[in-house]
Amino acid sequence: MNTPFAITLRVGSSLANKTGAWRTERPVYVDRMPPCNDACPAGENVQRWLYHAEEAGYQEAWRQIMADNPFPAVMGRVCYHPCQTACNRAQLDESVGINAVERFLGDEAIRRGWTVPVTAPPAGTRVLVVGAGPSGLSAAYHLRLRGHEVTVRDAGERAGGMMRYGIPVYRLPREVLDAEVARIEAMGVRLELGHPVTDLAAEMRDGHFDAAFLGIGAQLSHRTYLPAGDSARILDALSVLRTIADGEPPRLGRRVVVYGGGNTAMDVARSARRLGATEALVVYRRTRDRMPAQPSEVAEAEEEGVQMRWLSTIAHAGRGSITVEKMRLDDTGYPQPTGELEELAADSVVLAIGQDVDRSIVDGLAGVEVRDGVVQVGPDMMTGHAGVFAGGDMVPSDRTVTTAIGHGKRAARHIDAWLRGARPARPPRPPLATFDRLNTWYYSDAPATVRPRLEPARRVSTFDEVTGGLGESTALYEARRCLSCGNCFECDNCYGMCPDNAIVKLGPGKRFAIDYDYCKGCGICVAECPAGAIEMVPEPR
Amino acid sequence: MTVQRVKFYQTGSFAVGNRLLDPAQRSTQARMDRANSITSGHRACQGCGEALAARYVLDAASRATDGQLVVVNATGCLEVFSTPYPESAWRVPWLHSLFGNAPAVASGVAAALRARGRTEIRVIGQGGDGGTVDIGFGALSGMFERNDDVLYVCYDNQAYMNTGVQRSGATPPAARTATTPAVGPQPGNTFGQGKSAPLVAMAHEIPYVATATVAGLRDLEAKVFRAMQLRGARYLHVLVPCPLGWGSGTGETIRLGRLAVETGLFPVFEAERGEVVAVTPIRRRLPVEEYLRPQRRYAHLFDPAVRSDVIERLQAMADRNVRRFHLEGKR
Amino acid sequence: MLSQIEGSRAVAEAVARCRPQVICAYPISPQTHIVEALSALVKSGRLTGCEYVNVESEFAAMSVAIGASAAGARAYTATASQGLLYMVEALYNAAGLGLPIVMTVANRAIGAPINIWNDHSDTMSQRDSGWIQLYAESNQDAVDLHVLAFRLAEELSTPVMVCMDGFVLTHAVEPVDLPDPSQVDAFLPALRPRQVLDPAEPVSIGAMVGPEAFTEVRYLAHLTQLRALDRIPVLARELRDVLGRGGTGLVDPYRCEDAETVVVALGSVLGTLKDTVDELRAEGVAVGVLGVTTFRPFPADALREALRRARRVVVLERAFAVGVGGVVSADIAAAMAGTPQRHYTVVAGLGGRPVTRDSLRSMIADAAADQLAPLTFLDLDHDLVRQATGGQP
Repeated sequence: MNTPFAITLRVGSSLANKTGAWRTERPVYVDRMPPCNDACPAGENVQRWLYHAEEAGYQEAWRQIMADNPFPAVMGRVCYHPCQTACNRAQLDESVGINAVERFLGDEAIRRGWTVPVTAPPAGTRVLVVGAGPSGLSAAYHLRLRGHEVTVRDAGERAGGMMRYGIPVYRLPREVLDAEVARIEAMGVRLELGHPVTDLAAEMRDGHFDAAFLGIGAQLSHRTYLPAGDSARILDALSVLRTIADGEPPRLGRRVVVYGGGNTAMDVARSARRLGATEALVVYRRTRDRMPAQPSEVAEAEEEGVQMRWLSTIAHAGRGSITVEKMRLDDTGYPQPTGELEELAADSVVLAIGQDVDRSIVDGLAGVEVRDGVVQVGPDMMTGHAGVFAGGDMVPSDRTVTTAIGHGKRAARHIDAWLRGARPARPPRPPLATFDRLNTWYYSDAPATVRPRLEPARRVSTFDEVTGGLGESTALYEARRCLSCGNCFECDNCYGMCPDNAIVKLGPGKRFAIDYDYCKGCGICVAECPAGAIEMVPEPR
Repeated sequence: MTVQRVKFYQTGSFAVGNRLLDPAQRSTQARMDRANSITSGHRACQGCGEALAARYVLDAASRATDGQLVVVNATGCLEVFSTPYPESAWRVPWLHSLFGNAPAVASGVAAALRARGRTEIRVIGQGGDGGTVDIGFGALSGMFERNDDVLYVCYDNQAYMNTGVQRSGATPPAARTATTPAVGPQPGNTFGQGKSAPLVAMAHEIPYVATATVAGLRDLEAKVFRAMQLRGARYLHVLVPCPLGWGSGTGETIRLGRLAVETGLFPVFEAERGEVVAVTPIRRRLPVEEYLRPQRRYAHLFDPAVRSDVIERLQAMADRNVRRFHLEGKR
Repeated sequence: MLSQIEGSRAVAEAVARCRPQVICAYPISPQTHIVEALSALVKSGRLTGCEYVNVESEFAAMSVAIGASAAGARAYTATASQGLLYMVEALYNAAGLGLPIVMTVANRAIGAPINIWNDHSDTMSQRDSGWIQLYAESNQDAVDLHVLAFRLAEELSTPVMVCMDGFVLTHAVEPVDLPDPSQVDAFLPALRPRQVLDPAEPVSIGAMVGPEAFTEVRYLAHLTQLRALDRIPVLARELRDVLGRGGTGLVDPYRCEDAETVVVALGSVLGTLKDTVDELRAEGVAVGVLGVTTFRPFPADALREALRRARRVVVLERAFAVGVGGVVSADIAAAMAGTPQRHYTVVAGLGGRPVTRDSLRSMIADAAADQLAPLTFLDLDHDLVRQATGGQP
């Protein structure tokens, strides 16, 4: 700007004046841990895949999930989505329907036949995975991605483990499971089904395996002493579910009592309704809020006519009836008998009071410690026996599919490192993106999308899937409800609101930079960042 | 089956930009090629609302006119901090004459452009509230009544900030300034004084009058675009929080602009030919206290004792605005 | 071609022939006839390519002119008296910005007491505003000076004020030779502004300047005015060649060559003075008259040259610096410092009081006899003063 000033003097540009010198604090961009990511047992980068989904980049979104979890379609149906419980949006209106979007992406991948290429060079190592359940298949998938030869052996005739034999089809249609398993198999993971592993050491030796991952689950129904008449019909929940899954449902009668308060109990009670039981009663010794079952499962069960009897134990089971005893909670919250008895009609009793690990596989394996009925592992998922890792329900865990998948991933990372003689780099864990750091003004008002669900009246007569998926447009809507907590999503607020033009926009997907030559450190960008992805730090001296 | 409205963009139009929107629909400020009419290195205080609003307005006007813009600036903060010799922060043709004559100077520029057959070049006059509603009001009224082809923009920070925070005709009641100190039984600025320049502007029945705040970028830009579609005298009154004069945090500028609207203390509306044609409804109504508390110019309302009598009077003003401008309608 | 025309109309016609692009006007006596005539010229379509802006005050008038000039238009306005004072802030601003605005001032007294009649109090109060000031002796002079003013203003990029006595000139109908449009065109090229508001080349005009350069800006403004002293005689000669009439531009000596007493004055009083001098010359009195056309910048060299042979100088002031004395006198005294000349200040014709030939004769006689007080109020009504002061002198 070489122009006349007033009468004769010329002015230059104010760019010569570096106002950055005024600063006592400076803004810096940060990436915080979104609560969804933080809560995900499978370690999914939820916020990141929603970011792609928001702009209809469904394949990218799906690939982002697949980096952590090979079962998006299964997850979108059976995961209890702790991500949504943790979701900051719940404090604004309702949580983002992460699970529904994940299901949409998983289904979309199946529909479109998206596959995952193995790009890592062959590692030259062989790993045996025992158990084709969620943890085993997850471990196999992640190991294969890292270039290892993987063989999965399972006693069952079909892959899936508890996903197939424990979860009713109305929650997880088998074609969905089959598709996601097939995709893992297509990556070169060798599935050897109907192959129970009893002597691990021998199998490893004979198969020239360099390491093993055990993920056999907890498939033994926990037995409890139940005073019962000879003619009482008492079944265990896993058997019931398994026979249903095999297409040979047991005869449970019109009045079914399920004993227990976990998700398995709900699965059985709801399955019983579908098998024709006019009455399905869940008997549980504590109160509703202490039930281990997911509230959504309980609610859906109730919608379907399943009845609940809290604070009750079965004192005796006889032919056609049971006697329940009322309980009360003591000061410590533990149920105590009251002596009050009541007789209820029951054609059968299904016990759903827990599952145990078949630990015979580790019997005789030097160094393996079994405590509290489960195999102990280190933070690296390795048992006390070098090269033998374990995960899923057979190790200390909350026994959900998602946790098992997370175990598989973590184990694979450590197996890979162990085989390569390296230590896996643990990515630094940034601080949590808490709700109070957000500036929620900027988000559009948007209640959660309700997933279409089958009418309860129809549900009790069919094993059709209860919960439907989102259409593309609603999935997009739901993805866009994400607040992107703690991570820049390029809303341009910082760029637009800097009074000193000190934010440099780097272009789509490239975020922003701060020009400290001119930034005066006012903090508007920090205050107005919706996601809380900028913070003020003292000016370095 | 639940049916949902599908056009949803995460931040809608609340944020500056939105990568999900079609580029043509994004705000001017989100564009990498925005004009930056006032560039870096200016000497505005940290967090200055006026510097920001000036860029918002002029960048939008630049875009609306394809860069065919001339700006006349009244004396005041904006002028002083942007052009201390030997530097200028302006990237638009810019003229500063005096404190009280910017509207008239702008009229002269418009007349010259008309005489020279260069009416594709558009004229913007701009100044602070002192230059606009006080010392420049005669010139402004003259520009209005002649319907000169000028968009005049008042950046209202509610006092004479450049000279050290003295009261202006736009200073709100109870606010402390250097000439309405927080002493005596009725501390701060007197109730029942001051003027609404936008309403006076409307009385001239000029083509366009609008209010906006630096916190409502999209709204502000839309109004600048609307104004630039029209010919004749147009007036835009933009509330620009001043951290120095209001005693607020430098990072609070946008938030306070937002609170002024959400409490109802600053009605945001548009008028054409003297009639209100649109209002920006309050999104989440808040009590005035939310707006007053973060500002030290109102500190005497809370310390040493809460002056609920005064706060109630201010709340009554907000309530009246809400009634009068129908600020609680549907968006 | 001579036409019998009112001074205001004649000036309006001359201004119109200078092809102004923006005229802004606020009415004040005795300027009104000028802007009325221009309004009619624009409205009737006789003056095309010109925007006529009716403003709400003189402050706005000058402000509109500032904006127009900065946007590259030839801008003109006219005012008087209180109006000039009302635009003072903008006057200084126009000068500081170096904008080539031309303004007619129909000289008038300043109140209170309110008085609409002629003297030079208004423009004299603005001698330091940075404007060039040209004073017209006659309506012909006023007409020609406007043509000169536009050329001068635009060449130097500085504003010019053409001062003509209110009523005495503005409302006087007398023969005036209006310049032919082609003559004006030959003398006055289209405006080529030194700096202009243009989106194609954005400039910042009117930036703030602090102590580091303010003195320099003022000094440069002074240099511009000194350049005007060189350019005015050149341009005046050029105009004279085109029109076949006119003065030298700076000063106008009349029978000064061998004058022992020279009366210095500005404006229309020069006509009466010259008649008086002719009478006295006929009686053998060695007296002359020096008309000052350019008062700002002050033509000290030209004055020294014109006055160097005089034994005494009487400055006839149409304005008065209360508490001091003459306004013009001070500048002349400074210019003539070091000479043995005697200097007298005579304050005359304030608020429209006629300056008669008789009074001038006795004033010159007193001066020639060195009987004149250093500061004299011509025709002062001593009775009235005594009444008002309760008998004090």
